[in-house]
Amino acid sequence: MSADGQARLHWFDDEAGPVVRPYAMTRGRTTSAAQHRLDLIAVVVAEPHADDPEADTTLSPEHVDIVGRCRETPQSVAELAAGLDLPIGVVRVLVGDLVAADLVHVNRPVPPAELPDESILRDVINGLRAL
Amino acid sequence: MVFGRSKGGKHPVEPVTLKILVAGGFGVGKTTLVGAVSEIRPLRTEELLTEAGRPVDDLTGVEGKHTTTVAMDFGRITLREDLVLYLFGTPGQERFWFMWDELSEGALGAVVLADTRRLEDCFAAVDYFERRSIPFLVGVNCFEGAARYPAEDVRRALDLDPDVPLVMCDARDRESVKEVLVGVVQHAMAYAAARRRSPVTT
Ligand SMILES: Nc1nc2c(ncn2[C@@H]2O[C@H](COP(=O)(O)OP(=O)(O)O)[C@@H](O)[C@H]2O)c(=O)[nH]1
Ligand SMILES: [Mg+2]
Repeated sequence: MSADGQARLHWFDDEAGPVVRPYAMTRGRTTSAAQHRLDLIAVVVAEPHADDPEADTTLSPEHVDIVGRCRETPQSVAELAAGLDLPIGVVRVLVGDLVAADLVHVNRPVPPAELPDESILRDVINGLRAL
Repeated sequence: MVFGRSKGGKHPVEPVTLKILVAGGFGVGKTTLVGAVSEIRPLRTEELLTEAGRPVDDLTGVEGKHTTTVAMDFGRITLREDLVLYLFGTPGQERFWFMWDELSEGALGAVVLADTRRLEDCFAAVDYFERRSIPFLVGVNCFEGAARYPAEDVRRALDLDPDVPLVMCDARDRESVKEVLVGVVQHAMAYAAARRRSPVTT
């Protein structure tokens, strides 16, 4: 992809609507080693020393935004995407960069089959009832 | 895997996260259901599609490929500071099944919403979760003007296994939706317990 990455409009079909190329932000990358299929509900946590990401000139404003949000509240990849109004694929690449730069780490979700016991699910039920 | 987390201290809480999927045909009430119990936000994914309509996983350049946007309903329910449940409304159309694969991986369970006026709209979802052994519950969304069928008739029409819960619900009603979600979690627990007793090899 050309680095100047002019956002082009594409119509996939009527239902899908117009799509600009969000991958300009990721310089055309759709995957990177560290974030390969980062789970949507994996939680991104800012490293304690990542308190001044603006100082790192290699980071984009979106990178800095992600570190800031996760320092405030560790949150899932899906929440970051919804909060930043960016597609999931873009957020995956950006989080992968931040992991590589040691500014955040990612807690992979525990598959339900690997939960140590039923107590967490009981807590979920009680929590839902109490809503 | 971290279960015991440092509380207090200066470190923010890193929650345990779980997800439940909400599937069903167009207009069956998925968005309504997610919105009834959580702050709902759209979540976008942009996929590069091959001519066959499957997403491409690894590309060095993206020119010349179709990109399509899939929007999903996404809700967060904070059960406790350290326990968060996410709801994902899965796009109904079959051409978005690649999204289902990703969403269903590691899911606690699923709700399949059904409308008795067009039950066939949820066949694909029922099949999908059956085949992947993902515990699911069928919620019959009771629209006004739709004839009320006995649960047994709906079960038979959907050819549900006897252990799959089927409940009547109103996706607009918070209490009703809470009970649907509780039902999914209870079913997931029973399902896991049954599997522990007699592990299935497929
Ligand atoms: N009467 C009634 N209407 C409902 C119910 N659930 C959803 N609706 C309405 O049905 C329409 C489609 O619902 P929506 O949640 O957008 O469906 P989706 O396409 O599955 O996301 C909306 O106008 C809702 O207000 C229900 O339980 N009862
Ligand atoms: Mg909807």
